[in-house]
Amino acid sequence: MYNEKVIDHFNHPRNVGELSDADGIGETGSFKCGDTMKLYIKVKDDRIEDVSFQTYGCGAAIASSSMLTEMVKGKKLDEAMQITNQDVADQLGGLPPLKLHCSNLAADALHNAIEDYRRKHDQV
Amino acid sequence: MQSRLVYMDHGATTPVRKEVVDSMLPFFHDQYGNPSSLHAPGRKVRQALDEARETTARALGADPEEIYFTSGGTESNNIALRGAAKKQKGGGHIITSSIEHHAVLDVCRDLENEGFKVTYLPVDHYGCIEPEMVKEAINKDTFIISIMAANNEIGTLQPISEIALLAREHGILFHTDAVQVVGQLPVDLHSSNIDFLSLSAHKFNGPKGIGALFMRKGVEINSLYRGGSQERKLRPGTENVPGIIGLGRALELAVSDIPHKKKRLESLRDSLIAGLLQIDDVVLNGHPRQRLPGNINVSFKYIEGESVLLGLDMEGIAASSGSACSSGSLEPSHVLSATGLDHSIAHGSVRFSLGWGNCKEDVDFVLQKAPLIVERLRNISPTYHSR
Ligand SMILES: Cc1ncc(COP(=O)(O)O)c(C=O)c1O
Ligand SMILES: [Zn+2]
Repeated sequence: MYNEKVIDHFNHPRNVGELSDADGIGETGSFKCGDTMKLYIKVKDDRIEDVSFQTYGCGAAIASSSMLTEMVKGKKLDEAMQITNQDVADQLGGLPPLKLHCSNLAADALHNAIEDYRRKHDQV
Repeated sequence: MQSRLVYMDHGATTPVRKEVVDSMLPFFHDQYGNPSSLHAPGRKVRQALDEARETTARALGADPEEIYFTSGGTESNNIALRGAAKKQKGGGHIITSSIEHHAVLDVCRDLENEGFKVTYLPVDHYGCIEPEMVKEAINKDTFIISIMAANNEIGTLQPISEIALLAREHGILFHTDAVQVVGQLPVDLHSSNIDFLSLSAHKFNGPKGIGALFMRKGVEINSLYRGGSQERKLRPGTENVPGIIGLGRALELAVSDIPHKKKRLESLRDSLIAGLLQIDDVVLNGHPRQRLPGNINVSFKYIEGESVLLGLDMEGIAASSGSACSSGSLEPSHVLSATGLDHSIAHGSVRFSLGWGNCKEDVDFVLQKAPLIVERLRNISPTYHSR
C-alpha cells in the first residue's frame, strides 16, 4: 500500500520529540480520523534552525510529519509558509488516495508553528 | 529481511487446506459437466453436488433440502433478509443489532429506505445483546429478527438460542449471520429455532466466493433473482461446482476438528491476551470468556491501530484494526463505537485472529515484538507524553 520512502520514514522517523526551547509550536488534528500532529520549531535569523515533531496517527501521518521536518530545516520562514500538504505528499513519492487527508496535517501544523512564533515575536 | 510469516488474520480469511484443494481439482478439468445436463458427464457432477449438499447438511445438523449454495456470507445475508422482506409486501418491522457486519447492517438500512421499520439493538460494553431487549423491541409488525452468532471484530458470542426461541414463540422468523462461527464452534440446526443461517467457506479453510444459506423447511421467502431453477430458484445460475465441493470438504474437516481445535485456540488466545495486557495501558475489547476461540481484540492507548499494523507487518505479523485510518471509510469501527468505547481508544484497536496453523511460537513471537512496536509509537505520540 505504501511506497518504500513512506515506509522508510515510518520505520526511521526523523526529528522525533519535543524541542524544550522551541520558539514556536503548532498543533493540528483531523476531526475525522483522530490523527494529531504537534510541530516544534527553533528560529534563528528568520530561518528554521531546528524542528521536531510528535504525531498520533497512522503510517501516512507519521511519515508525512517526518518528511516535513526534513523539508523545512534551514528554510526561511516565508519559504516554509509556502509549503503545501501536496508538496509533502509529493516529496514522499505519493500516498494512497484515501490516506491523503492524513498527510494533510503536516503543512498545517508547520504553518501554525510559524504563526505561533510570529505572534510571540510580534511579527504578525 | 524478515523470514517468518505469522498470519493472525483468520477472521478476514483463511488458507485453503490441501485436502480441500485436492477435492476440488477434478471438477475443473475431468468432471466439467453441467449438473443440470441429462447426459452422463452432467449426471456425474450432479451426484457429487448432491453429496456435497449432504455433507454440508450433516455438519450443521440440517437436511440437504435446507441448504442453498450461494457466493458467500454477503449473498446469504442478502437472500435471507431481502427475500423475507420481499415476501412481506407493504412494509413491516425488522429487529437487528448495531454491531452486525455491513452485509446485514447495510441491507437493513436499504430496507428502511424502502419503507420498512428497523430496530438496531444496542449492546453492552462487552458487545453482548440482551435477549430481554429483543423481547421489548418486538411489535405486531415484526416479521424477522437477525442477530449475528459471533461478532467478527471483537468475537463476542451472542445468546442466539434464547433469541431464536423468543422469535419462535412470537411467530417471527430468525436469521443469524454465523459466518464467524461455522467451523469454529458446533452448530446443530435441528435442535435450534433458527430459520436462516449464513455461512462462508473462506472462513473455515475453504475457497473464497462460495457460501451457503440454511433455510428451514416450510419457511418461504421470495427469490431476489430470476433465471434457471438451480438452488430451488433462490440462487439461480449454473453452480460453482468446484467451490461447492470445496465447501463441503472444508466444512466436514473443520467440524470434525472442532473438539481439539477449539481447546487449542482458546488456550493460545488466552495466553496472547494475558501477554498483551502485560503492556501498560492496553484494554481488552469484547468479552473475556464469551468470545470466539481464536479472537483477540485489544486497544493500545495513545497510539493508532493502523500504525501498529504497519509495525507488525514489518515483523511479518499479519493482523487487522478497527481504526478509522485502516477502515477505508475513515470511520472508526461501528462495533467498537457501539460498545461505548471512547473514539481515541477505538482508534488504537488491533484484532489478532488465530486459526489452524498458529502455534505457541507464533504467540511468543507476537508477544516479543508487540511491546517494542508499541513503545516506539508511543514515543512519537504527543498524547502519550501529555497523558
Ligand atoms: C460476520 C460476517 N458476515 C459476513 C461476512 C461476509 O462474508 P463473505 O466475504 O463470504 O461475503 C463476513 C466476512 O468478512 C463476516 O465476518
Ligand atoms: Zn491517518
